[in-house]
Amino acid sequence: MSYVTKSPWLIHYDGSSCNGCDIEVLACLTPMYDVERFGIINTGNPKHADIFLITGAINEQNKAVVKQIYEQMPEPKVVIAVGICATSGGIFKECYNIMGGTDTVIPVDVYVPGCAARPEAIIDGVVKGLGVLAKKKEAMEKGLPIDTAKGKEKEEA
Amino acid sequence: MSTITFLILFPLLSAIALLVLRTDAARGVIVKVSATLIAVASIYLAYQYFGIGEEYFDFANETVNLGMTVIEVLLAIMIIYLGIKYKKYLASVLAAIQTPTMIWFEVKVGHHIHVTNNLYVDRLSIIMVLIIGIIGSIITVYALGYMKDFQHHHKDQPDRRPFFFFIMYLFLGAMCGLVLSNNIVWLYFFWEITTLCSFFLIGYTKTEEAINNSFRALIMNLLGGVGFVIAIVIMGSSLGTLELNQLIMMGMFGVPAVTYVAALLAFAGITKAAQMPFNSWLLGAMVAPTPTSALLHSSTMVKAGVFLIIKLAPLLGWQSLAGIMVMMVGGITFIMASFAAVSQSNAKKVLAYSTVANLGLIVACGGIGTYAAVWAGILLIIFHAITKSLLFLCVGTAEHNIGSRDIEDMDGLFTRMPKLATYMIVGISAMFLAPLGMLVSKWAAMKAFIDNGGVLLVMFIAFGSAATLFYWTKWLGKMVAIMANRENIQSGVNKDENFVLSTLTILTVIVCLIFPLISKTMIVPYLIKAFPYVDPKHMILALSSTNMTIMVIMLFVLIVLPILFFGRTNKKIVPIYLAGANLGDDLTFRGAMEKEVPVSLKNWYMEGYFGEKKMNVIGVIATVVIITGVFAILLGGVL
Amino acid sequence: MNMTIIISVIAYIILAPIVGGLLAGIDRKISARMQGRVGPSILQPFYDMFKLMEKEAITVNKAQDFYVGCFLFFIIVTGGFFFAGLDLLLVIFTLTLASVFLIVAAFSSNSPYAQIGAERELLQMMAYEPMVLITAAGLYLVTGSFNISDIINPENGMAIKFLPGIFLGFVFILTIKFRKSPFDLSMSHHGHQELVKGLTTEFAGKTMALIEIAHWYENIFLLGIVFLFIANGTVWGAVAAVVVCLVTYFIEILIDNSYARMKWQIAINSSWIVAITLGFINMLVIYFSKFVL
Repeated sequence: MSYVTKSPWLIHYDGSSCNGCDIEVLACLTPMYDVERFGIINTGNPKHADIFLITGAINEQNKAVVKQIYEQMPEPKVVIAVGICATSGGIFKECYNIMGGTDTVIPVDVYVPGCAARPEAIIDGVVKGLGVLAKKKEAMEKGLPIDTAKGKEKEEA
Repeated sequence: MSTITFLILFPLLSAIALLVLRTDAARGVIVKVSATLIAVASIYLAYQYFGIGEEYFDFANETVNLGMTVIEVLLAIMIIYLGIKYKKYLASVLAAIQTPTMIWFEVKVGHHIHVTNNLYVDRLSIIMVLIIGIIGSIITVYALGYMKDFQHHHKDQPDRRPFFFFIMYLFLGAMCGLVLSNNIVWLYFFWEITTLCSFFLIGYTKTEEAINNSFRALIMNLLGGVGFVIAIVIMGSSLGTLELNQLIMMGMFGVPAVTYVAALLAFAGITKAAQMPFNSWLLGAMVAPTPTSALLHSSTMVKAGVFLIIKLAPLLGWQSLAGIMVMMVGGITFIMASFAAVSQSNAKKVLAYSTVANLGLIVACGGIGTYAAVWAGILLIIFHAITKSLLFLCVGTAEHNIGSRDIEDMDGLFTRMPKLATYMIVGISAMFLAPLGMLVSKWAAMKAFIDNGGVLLVMFIAFGSAATLFYWTKWLGKMVAIMANRENIQSGVNKDENFVLSTLTILTVIVCLIFPLISKTMIVPYLIKAFPYVDPKHMILALSSTNMTIMVIMLFVLIVLPILFFGRTNKKIVPIYLAGANLGDDLTFRGAMEKEVPVSLKNWYMEGYFGEKKMNVIGVIATVVIITGVFAILLGGVL
Repeated sequence: MNMTIIISVIAYIILAPIVGGLLAGIDRKISARMQGRVGPSILQPFYDMFKLMEKEAITVNKAQDFYVGCFLFFIIVTGGFFFAGLDLLLVIFTLTLASVFLIVAAFSSNSPYAQIGAERELLQMMAYEPMVLITAAGLYLVTGSFNISDIINPENGMAIKFLPGIFLGFVFILTIKFRKSPFDLSMSHHGHQELVKGLTTEFAGKTMALIEIAHWYENIFLLGIVFLFIANGTVWGAVAAVVVCLVTYFIEILIDNSYARMKWQIAINSSWIVAITLGFINMLVIYFSKFVL
């Protein structure tokens, strides 16, 4: 078994969220949910992160930033789109500045819809992401190309 | 004997030749040949007296004495004239006090005192001659290329290079004379020549600032000179000798008048070594071209001051008021100058403050006056001379190639001038990191302080070292920063300069590697002679031989590690993190309104804590109180 | 004699990362409990380290890995010197060398976050350095030797009897050295902060794993200095010393969880004031009793 699933460090990025999902993400860190018991740490630094947790839709301003943060994360890495906006653009989808969900710029591995996504759902999504992470690690060890789009699963809220 | 004469007189000949032959080509040849000869002669002197260790020479000659007096008078007249011309009357007054007193003394008293040994060699003077002969002369070689560039950059100024090199070589000769004279009157003669030479070197550019600063240096050193003259007068009239070794001998037997002589000579040493409250002359000397700073602050001038104090160390210590004065002045200077260095971004000023601080440490070691402290002091002299000259010259080269001597402008030097940056990294590391030179001696100094310095000095060195660590490391950080995509301009460096820098870098490392050997063959034998009351068998050095061996091994590891591993990585090179807005070159990021913003990183200077002015005021007040207090007590004893 | 030195050095090299890692795990567990959380497994630091080892190999330039490697190497050397019973000042200077390598590694990236972290780390070094040197001086004055093997000599008794002030001062600056709040200025173990990850921002994967290991080594060595204050060469003395080490570590965790991070001014002011008051007064008393009485 790979250690990558035992110590998933994540970076949380707020696209153009209404902050609803962000509050829920932070709620996961509180004593109520305490994700640190799974070894999850919110690092805030892409170079240390394994999981890219993104809330809110992608807009013209931040698409380059999201892309760069994704690129700066070392392999293996997974992207988790939290909330309906990150999944598809949500209610902002038709806005003049919104491009859509996270997958318009970077490949997404796990979708956690919801408005806002509940902490339980987010934790569930991260745990699903760990499975993907393990698979990617395996592929890396075998020297196979890491197909970032593979293992795309939808997590129901 | 003939080597000694050569070392004193040959630089003088070169100096005159340099003044007469004014072409670039001739100058190049003369400087290179003379520098080589002086260096070889100094090494030969070391070789010659390596086994003997110590010898005194008669060399009595009335004409020499007369000649010295005549030159002294001429110099005094010149100072008085210059003082009046530039309206710096204090300099004239001091010269007018000093030289007539000296002549009065010569005629009245000095004339009747028989001096057996005018010159001498011992292991300390061998060390000093090696420093002057090798470091000093290599700086003159560097000056060749530098001054050419300098004239090129300052086309508006007349080319006074012949004069510049004349003074430089005169300086080297005078320094050799200074460390080899046993006759205190001769010592004083060379002492005054170095004062005057530094005056001309600092005022070289003849700008208003340069003239002011050169007069400041002159006045402060003349003040020390006055102290020196009074010391000679007391020595001659109440001790009846003019010989340095006799003085030290009498001091050890507890002749009371020696205290006054020692205090006055130590005071002269303090002015020359740029200790607070006289540190401002050394900082002012920064207006001069960089080779001058390197020469004055690493191997000559200031080293004359600390040399005298180290020489007098057996007379200092807690039992003598002079000793307490010297160690306190040194300690306060060390801590205050170290603090002040934190707030500076001008590289030369950082170096100047660090010089003042390190001299403070040496002076304090001399003041403590135990053999362990003197051991540390001598090591400090050696390491400081090499490393500081390297750093000064590096800054000079950087200044000519990037157009600034500000540390903030040295961004990415590692990419732009990799060789120069490497020299600087070695130099900076050698100033404060284990297992390199300065730290070894600082360690020894610390131990000596704890043993004999009292609690205050321990606090000084503890806090001063912390500040030292801070200002060197932040500079080091600038040096190692790797900025991709910067143009490499290393090839623009003058060949002579490059040669000198690489030689000094190698010398820095080599001396660190062989310092246990230097200690064993040179310093310890000197200490055994200088401290006859200490049983050589019980002479415990600050660093045990185990520690010295460990240091050498660590240094060896530090040399091997980069050769084996530096830059050997097959990892993927990725851009740095700029909050996701890196434009790809690591130097700019995408700011608001899609604007390209360059990344600009600045160091900390903590002006509020370590402001230069504040530190100077505190240091000057404290040292003035101590010096006047000690002299008041001494005077009270006389009256 | 020589055999015991070799054994203790080898034991340090092998055991320190294990004990240090466990201590870090316990630290996280206790911190979590203090905050009313369950907290991660005690082995979590090891999981983190092994995971970092498995990550993709990336770096920002060719020099950084060398500096980080030297940092780890010289931290191990520092501890090795310490447990070999060598000169305490040598140990301190080697530690400084190692720390400078870490700072240089961060500076070399030329990244703003790493550089600010490095500057702050440097500031912290300036803050604690005087107290560390005073500690060495105090131990020397009390025991008459800088050699660690002599300091724990039974003849000398417990150093803390003569050095209560210096001991407290040293524990104070340990907060900085353990990178605990309120003085975790240069890098923090906790989540979001203005410096991203400060000093370590540009260290990824294996490089970061080396930093973690180096910190485990460092922490054990630092507790070793605490040990020196109590140990007196006897078995019960050693037991008491270990207990005091653990209590000290617990107090540091408690401080960590009860304070928010403070400004750098407070870090330097407070540690220098502590050095001047506790350190200086204690030294003064020792000097007085040693040289005057």
